[in-house]
Amino acid sequence: MVNIQLPDASLVKEYVAGNEDALAKLIKRHESKIYGFIYSKIPDRDITNDIFQDTFIKVIKTLKSNSYNEEGKFLPWVMRISHNLVVDHYRKTKKMPMFRETEEFSIFSIMSDNSLTIENKIISEQVQMDLKKLIEGLPADQKEVLVMRMYQDMSFKEISEITGVSINTALGRMRYALMNLRKVIDKHQIVLTN
Amino acid sequence: MAKTYSKKSLFSQVMKPSKETISFLLGYSQALTIIKIENKSFEIISN
Repeated sequence: MVNIQLPDASLVKEYVAGNEDALAKLIKRHESKIYGFIYSKIPDRDITNDIFQDTFIKVIKTLKSNSYNEEGKFLPWVMRISHNLVVDHYRKTKKMPMFRETEEFSIFSIMSDNSLTIENKIISEQVQMDLKKLIEGLPADQKEVLVMRMYQDMSFKEISEITGVSINTALGRMRYALMNLRKVIDKHQIVLTN
Repeated sequence: MAKTYSKKSLFSQVMKPSKETISFLLGYSQALTIIKIENKSFEIISN
């Protein structure tokens, strides 16, 4: 059976016109990306759920008051809202975003890698941990772009829209991030293989 | 290196908001009505 997927812009129009199911579809379509994005900044499930909720409350209010005018750019718009809420969260708690290796994260690393043997699982975890530590050492702007691209699977267009820089700047930051990672890996002769 | 970087995220694929959060949002959306009168907007939450 062929499944025809309505574009975001059409679902937004339907929702504004009063079709509540359209919102459910939009949330379902993007929940993983948005939730993952917030969680990558704040590795706490409860806070991430709160920010996800606040993000969509803003989305709902904006759409219901007919104030939305970014047709065709629904996801970057929602991502930008969640990004701003993450910044607000850190302003309130006066903490800088940090990636910490938590028990929860390790569990997910194992769960998503069911096909691997135990030995390979351990190696894979170690590689991921090593890589995360290396990424931690990058300058904040490079780290942000690299995480969005590699961990959130965003396009450079989306990254540029969320971070407020040009696509070329985002590309440049990604390039420098990879160059810096390679430098550190070469310097310390780290082996990242599975 | 390229092989390692080309791997997809381990957590972004499985991360989802709680059912309660989604349920709240859909309920909130159904209950919310926004009325604009001149420059002011009024939010009405129906039970």
